[in-house]
Amino acid sequence: MPQTNKTDVIVVGAGPAGISCAITIARAGKKVVLIERGAFAGSKNVFGGAVYTQPVKEIFPDFEKSAPLERRNVEHKFAILGEKDSTVVSYRNKSEVCGSYTVIRAKFDRWMADEAKKAGVYLVEKTVVLELLQDKGKVIGVKTELEDYYADIVVLADGVNSLLAKQIGLREDILPKDVALSVKEVIKLDKEKINDRFNISDDEGCIYEIFGGPMLGMLGLGFIYTNQNSVTIGLGITLSELTERGLRPYDVLEQLKQHPAIAPLIKDGELLEYSAHLIPEGGYKKIPKLYADGVMVAGDAAMLVNNLHWEGTNLAMISGKLAGETALDALINNDFSAKFLQKYEEKLNNSFVMKDLKTYKDLMDIAHQKSDAFLDYYLKTINAFFKMFTSVDSIPKREKYYHFIKTFFKERKFLNILNDFWYGIKLLWSIFKWY
Amino acid sequence: MVLEDKLFTVKYTPDTVSHLKPDNEVCKTCEKKICTIICPAKVYEWDDANQKLIVNFENCLECGACRIACTKKCLQWQYPKGTKGVTFKLG
Repeated sequence: MPQTNKTDVIVVGAGPAGISCAITIARAGKKVVLIERGAFAGSKNVFGGAVYTQPVKEIFPDFEKSAPLERRNVEHKFAILGEKDSTVVSYRNKSEVCGSYTVIRAKFDRWMADEAKKAGVYLVEKTVVLELLQDKGKVIGVKTELEDYYADIVVLADGVNSLLAKQIGLREDILPKDVALSVKEVIKLDKEKINDRFNISDDEGCIYEIFGGPMLGMLGLGFIYTNQNSVTIGLGITLSELTERGLRPYDVLEQLKQHPAIAPLIKDGELLEYSAHLIPEGGYKKIPKLYADGVMVAGDAAMLVNNLHWEGTNLAMISGKLAGETALDALINNDFSAKFLQKYEEKLNNSFVMKDLKTYKDLMDIAHQKSDAFLDYYLKTINAFFKMFTSVDSIPKREKYYHFIKTFFKERKFLNILNDFWYGIKLLWSIFKWY
Repeated sequence: MVLEDKLFTVKYTPDTVSHLKPDNEVCKTCEKKICTIICPAKVYEWDDANQKLIVNFENCLECGACRIACTKKCLQWQYPKGTKGVTFKLG
């Protein structure tokens, strides 16, 4: 291996996974180069809107003192939208301990990258890694647009598209059903308006998780996050749903913005930025091979997203940290073989990251098969129930209940309902059975 | 709000050459041309008169959806050069 341009570890991609990995290595006094293709760390990154306090503290224990945070989330709303009506369930908790903060991604990632530089990480921006350099099947460095860099270990944190993991055969091409296309808008609104409309005070935030509406029957979810002086609204829909139905993602977002339950929240706002990104949603069964000789994969590149719980950044950060710890161990033992780097997978398996993904390993299969039931018929039924329950029209209640039950069984075949129930049991069994 | 107005809020540093290279001969045989629909920045447009896929690569948000959705697998998809492409100010 050439000794020029040689470092201990190269990390590709300065997102949450890459930065967490690089800083773990630099703090232990090893040499690490972090390569980012964007103008600055975070400039190519998009996410919903919140970082979770506990996992961020594992990498940045004092981040609440200096990181650019928007609002501390005190309320989680689950909005089930019909075509025009809606049912909202809300959980509010104003405790001292804050579970999550909304952040502006480009600012937060840049802050994390600055912290990494302070810890000794050598950050190279505006540089695309074109391919991995290999010697007898072992990864020995990276080829960039300008020069080649060499390292004992390369960590791939190059995001959902991870062309590099594909180059060396760690994974197959992603299928349209295993990825969601997300579009979102950050909309400027006065602080006072945000506080009033979301019933929060200055530093408090509110999160909306949105089901149905223009996404009825589709594997898709919407979201709203509140920032200091702006509101983020977006949605993510499985790519195969869009291709099969021939839908333009921004049209669906426009429909969501115009829904009677949503429109008043963003009324008179000014669009600050539109963006789009893919979310890896293949789950446990689609996780690529996580290591090979001289290389490990972390974050979105490794499909580490728990979509049911809106978690991704935390899985990225923890997987990056575990890859960093494994790299340090490998450097001490001077062993960069796949056999040694297997420890990374073991660490992931022993952490919540793999345990959670394993818990939901059947979720997406069932969701794909049953989206017409659980993301259409039953969502509509919830709204229909409340419509019936709240209406006052001199019709005796008993007649209304009978009518509701009759309609429920008339509009979906009894066999289908039994089948849905069976799938529900199957899903619960897959989640709770002991491994 | 129309897409053009949305894209107006995005900061771009466009390259002079496209980082997206479809094989036009294969595109001609593609019935669905799904890239012209699912792209969140309407990068692809089919010019029927000239039988050509127009690629407005300057508007690309670099999400990668077209690469995965392309039914003919005839799209050569790369990242733009390190100094080029989209810069999300907020993200």
